[in-house]
Amino acid sequence: MDYRYLPVTGEDKEEMLKTIGVESVGELFEDVPENIRFSGEMNLPKALGETDLLKEMKRLSDRNTNVQDCVSYLGAGVYEHYIPTVVDHVLRRSEFYTAYTPYQPEISQGELQAIFEFQTMVSELTGMDIANSSMYDGPTALAEAALMAASENRGKRRTIVVSETVHPEALDVLKTYAVGPGLTVKIVPEKDGRTDLGKLEDMIDADTAGVIVQYPNFYGTIEDLAAVRQAADKENSLMIVSANPLALGVLTPPGHFGADIVAGDAQPLGIPIQFGGPHCGFFATTKKHIRKVPGRLVGQTEDEDGSRGYVLTLQAREQHIRRDKATSNICSNQALNALAASVAMTALGKKGLKETAERNVKSAHFFKQLLKQKGIQLVHESPSFNEFVINLGRPVAEVNEQLFKQGIIGGYDLGEVSADKNGQMLVCVTELRTREQLETFAKHLEVLVHETA
Amino acid sequence: MKQPNQPLIFEQSRPGRVAYSLPETNIPEQSLSDILPGANIREEEPALPEVSELQLMRHYTALSNRNYGVDSGFYPLGSCTMKYNPKINEETARMAGFAATHPYQPEAQVQGNLEMMYDLQQALAEITGMDEVTLQPAAGAQGEWTGLMLIRALHEANGETGRTEVIVPDSAHGTNPASATVAGFDHVTVRTDERGLVDLEHLKEVTGEKTAALMLTNPNTLGLFEEDIMEMADTIHQAGGRLYYDGANSNAIMGITRPGDMGFDVVHLNLHKTFTGPHGGGGPGSGPVGVKKELIPYLPGPVLTKENDTYYWDKDRPHSIGRVKPYYGNFGINVRAYTYIRTMGAEGLKKVSEYAVLNANYLMRRLEPYFDLPYGRHCKHEFVISGRRQKKLGVRTLDMAKRLLDYGYHPPTIYFPINVEECMMIEPTETEAKETLDAFADAMIGIAKEAEEDPEMVQEAPHTTVVGRLDETLAARKPVLTYNTETSLKSMK
Repeated sequence: MDYRYLPVTGEDKEEMLKTIGVESVGELFEDVPENIRFSGEMNLPKALGETDLLKEMKRLSDRNTNVQDCVSYLGAGVYEHYIPTVVDHVLRRSEFYTAYTPYQPEISQGELQAIFEFQTMVSELTGMDIANSSMYDGPTALAEAALMAASENRGKRRTIVVSETVHPEALDVLKTYAVGPGLTVKIVPEKDGRTDLGKLEDMIDADTAGVIVQYPNFYGTIEDLAAVRQAADKENSLMIVSANPLALGVLTPPGHFGADIVAGDAQPLGIPIQFGGPHCGFFATTKKHIRKVPGRLVGQTEDEDGSRGYVLTLQAREQHIRRDKATSNICSNQALNALAASVAMTALGKKGLKETAERNVKSAHFFKQLLKQKGIQLVHESPSFNEFVINLGRPVAEVNEQLFKQGIIGGYDLGEVSADKNGQMLVCVTELRTREQLETFAKHLEVLVHETA
Repeated sequence: MKQPNQPLIFEQSRPGRVAYSLPETNIPEQSLSDILPGANIREEEPALPEVSELQLMRHYTALSNRNYGVDSGFYPLGSCTMKYNPKINEETARMAGFAATHPYQPEAQVQGNLEMMYDLQQALAEITGMDEVTLQPAAGAQGEWTGLMLIRALHEANGETGRTEVIVPDSAHGTNPASATVAGFDHVTVRTDERGLVDLEHLKEVTGEKTAALMLTNPNTLGLFEEDIMEMADTIHQAGGRLYYDGANSNAIMGITRPGDMGFDVVHLNLHKTFTGPHGGGGPGSGPVGVKKELIPYLPGPVLTKENDTYYWDKDRPHSIGRVKPYYGNFGINVRAYTYIRTMGAEGLKKVSEYAVLNANYLMRRLEPYFDLPYGRHCKHEFVISGRRQKKLGVRTLDMAKRLLDYGYHPPTIYFPINVEECMMIEPTETEAKETLDAFADAMIGIAKEAEEDPEMVQEAPHTTVVGRLDETLAARKPVLTYNTETSLKSMK
């Protein structure tokens, strides 16, 4: 069989073997001990030609229900938003997507400049001094933030205090990351959809390296960052905020409340939901922490003629130089998705980001009012961005099954987080939802909630 | 040729320009201050650029023209496996059923995704000779850390909490010792001997009751197959440790030998290397981890399971190390890798490794007369040469790498592995034609001659790139990591 990715011909092969001075390719593998050589053929599905493979992949793809064929109210950390068409056209430029990490700056100025612009945009959004070139995703960026906090003060503080209102999967990831360095993770309980500030104050002590909250939090509500800052200040703990970057188009940025680290996921900005990944973690902090930042940083510099250019910088923090003493083990990050987020932020621009963010707030608020009119209970009264919790009084999975028959993908079942939230649905309303869709959804919910009464 | 700077996107911004249009929703107008508390309403707008759609497209096109990818030309960056990124992969990953599914949709709505993931896990288990695979880790380094956490959990479950050390060869990737640290281990270095292989005697010396694991890349970063692998495995296993396989170099061994058969207990693969997920200018990658049976209970959650013809997530895993990543890994990259495996099949993947090794050996022998070859035996998918000979003429490996840019090539990995002086690590991959290898060899030989006859030409390279050599010391001494948008506004006025 011929393979379209393998160009060496039989004739080439003969010449090459002659140059090498061997008779066969097999000779090149004679240092692989006989007893560990694989004999026979691997048991893999058979190779398919291009057309047949596209058919097979379409079969798999079509086995799924995609959100574009329905009306979806799922959010909970992954959000379907307007993605300007230009984003994917830029991503398909193969000079970007087939490049490696820009280790050779003279032929990588495009990527380096794009990342420098990304770092600038993230700093602007979060209100922080600096940002890195990206992390895997929001939760691992947050976990790295916790590790960085613990590495300050010569590593003497070993506790991270984190709110229960942070995304449950981010809490889980944080707990896993805490095992290696032996950090204690203390969870501050939720109270009415927000961090219990009284408990937060009580739980912070001299061993607290960092305090983590999410903004807006997992339940959609907006935390009181000023109060969190005050609580963290008592013991000089770092304040770490996990933020939705789109929300920062309308919300006061964490930097203005004195956050030390802002981490999160740039997915709402131009990145498809794609079953949860790849998305794009971001990491912003203050100048003070510049030499402790995990991951790659792009910096501006000059060439010998004084022309402006960009390079990977402060690499003495990184694994390929510092090895076991590196600030993190991260190597590959999410560069291409950082590019997607940059293009989306550029397309939206100053005006579009604000307008999109405001639309989310207003549409979600409109829907809240609509549900109230229908007698559906909002679990928390606190202000929110584009998500909030409703009480259905019956199993959410059951309601979602009924909704799906109407072409609606209902919200997230909070019973998955804890049993005392059974019957509660986390609903997400973005700028994509029309008034008509919201009214239809409200009508169905009214009927479904009423059925049990 | 040197080119004028591409202005930053912020420098092209003018108030009032837009490159977006939001959908019509007919939501009644409301005042923001009636919805949100004043303290939470952002006052100062972030200084994002304001440009038209064409300006945006021109900007990023200009940036892409200042960048170099595998589609631009030969990219023999050692240990990075810069092979062709098939275009069909880009199409399949964008199919709506994959790209527009939400991780919290009920399992019944996403059986196609789960079927693909399950079959990919099976395929990777077969290729590596392991019993089960998780697709959770985001990239190689996260795979390493996940694998070490699994080994840690196993030792703890066995009451062997004294196993605090991870052994790493001096030629290993920097992520190995860094991942060991993040997983809470101390790392111990084992030496490379004169063959370019792990020094077996030294390994025996450093192995003991504190040994948790040995991390090994095979073939190693010198491109050489660790032929003593079974003896090494015995040494580690007899001492109660486990073997970790860094799959960065698996492009050399598919269908030829499998980590599982070499005695490895845990393996990670870099799907963005061997399995053609593009590198994306630094990511996203995907770093699945495969394990032997005894480690299955500790796999990160959730674990994909199949019953009859239905796929579901098993979340009841009491011994799991927990979550390492939200949702289900870098799914979009996994779709690309699966597409590639289905394109090649078992026979094709074996050919991939054979041609990768053939290409590397051919290039090595063509360069051998002109450069120092520290290890002369047959290499696998990559090899290292040393620029010692040229250094005596005042030309460093860095200079030769920069000179390659003038010839239109991406240089090899340089100064790594750290145990070879003036090192160049060259990995041509199987997707390159013989003509390409010949042309590259001619360029390298040309540069070796220049080093003798016109060293300044090489020392001052590159001469043809959009910028000259950049001052990295300045960048690190006075870090400028963001554009000062305030100054820009002033300068515009």
